Amino acid sequence: MSNKKVLVGTTKGLVIIGKVAKKWQVIATHFLGLPVSVIYINELNNTWWAGISHHHWGQKLHYSTDEGSTWTSAAVPAYPVDAQIANGKAATFKKIWVLQHGGPQFPNRIWMGTEPGGLFVSEDDGQHFKIVDSLWNHPSRMNQQQWFGTGRSQPFIHSIVVHPEDNAHLYIAVSCAGIFESFDSGQSWQPRNQGLIAAYLPNPNVEVGHDPHRLLVCETQPEVLWQQNHCGIFRSTDGAKTWTDVSDPSGMPNYGFALAVNRTNPEQAWVIPAVSDELRVAPNQALVVCRTDDGGQTWHLLRSGLPQRNCFDIVFRHAFANSDELFVFGTTTGNLFLSENSGEHWQNVSHHLARVDCVAIQES
Amino acid sequence: MATIKFTAALKRFFPDLTEIEVMGTTVAEVLQATEAKYPGITDYLLDERGAVRQHMNIFVKGELITDRTTLQDKLGESDEVVIFQALSGG
Repeated sequence: MSNKKVLVGTTKGLVIIGKVAKKWQVIATHFLGLPVSVIYINELNNTWWAGISHHHWGQKLHYSTDEGSTWTSAAVPAYPVDAQIANGKAATFKKIWVLQHGGPQFPNRIWMGTEPGGLFVSEDDGQHFKIVDSLWNHPSRMNQQQWFGTGRSQPFIHSIVVHPEDNAHLYIAVSCAGIFESFDSGQSWQPRNQGLIAAYLPNPNVEVGHDPHRLLVCETQPEVLWQQNHCGIFRSTDGAKTWTDVSDPSGMPNYGFALAVNRTNPEQAWVIPAVSDELRVAPNQALVVCRTDDGGQTWHLLRSGLPQRNCFDIVFRHAFANSDELFVFGTTTGNLFLSENSGEHWQNVSHHLARVDCVAIQES
Repeated sequence: MATIKFTAALKRFFPDLTEIEVMGTTVAEVLQATEAKYPGITDYLLDERGAVRQHMNIFVKGELITDRTTLQDKLGESDEVVIFQALSGG
């Protein structure tokens, strides 16, 4: 485990954490002062990707094939000239939210989820991207009642799941629209939101209009998917055909952004709750990680090593990662917590980072 | 020849950036000439449709340009163009 590294994307740079002399600590910083909003490690070719969402200069994208020693700029794709967002305004590239390789069956493919509401694909390792027309032109998006922004001005695609056995089989999560599935490498898409609840809409059971915050799959049993949703935690055991609310009836865990799953145990997942959107602080101002071992029937509260008083931290959707027993999350107030035993005990690695937007774990 | 002056903040991404003189009768033309000298710089100033990014400002002879979409503000002989970003934090 000690050879693993943690990449932490903050609003003031990319911070690399490593274990030196038995202590996890900052070992490098890249892009100092710049907002690193996306970090992705393509484990197929060990390439690091860093998306920088400049306030002034627009979205930029960089990659490194030598674990950060050198970085190369990559072109950010453009929306088609005639592309429009729902209100008839021209669609212009706002932000990269997620990158995902296409799986071993398509080793040069990279998917990119963006704001506003775009899915792009590259077939040449990220040198060129093009928009996925079938999703952009999906009837549910063209109807402005069904895709919309809530926390952001426009909808965005933040989660992309490639089926581990059939890499042409995809799931994406759109906030707000919901889950969509494709069996043909993105040539056609179907909404998969049955069982979800959109409590903020006049009709909470709409087909499209849901707000998944994070979507993940159990790699060895890919019919099991989990999502932390605006309206609770949901689990599917039938490949997203139906979803079941597995939130704790007592109210926590329920709302939040961050989610981690066990790659081989379909019963086990972790979430980091927040007080709902009115406040967006840690519940009772005490940080807690919640774990289920039984598919969401019961939840265990993990607090060891986490601050339990006067705590304002919450954890964003891409700021929680796990690899084997190594878990790490960064918070909105610049804290970074790490666990070497699957969350049973946490240690603080830094109190002094900027807001953490994303983390990723580099395998040894 | 128009004189183009840049915000110092851009030097982080274009370390060789200095004040330059380029030919052009509109803002669009001088930015095109600037791109030829500093490849990639217009991607920092303009969005993918060629409009001035929201937090960027371009001045001609001390006045903000009026056409931020197609950049057709006219330039006279020896006019000065200043490229500057909106300031964060006041």
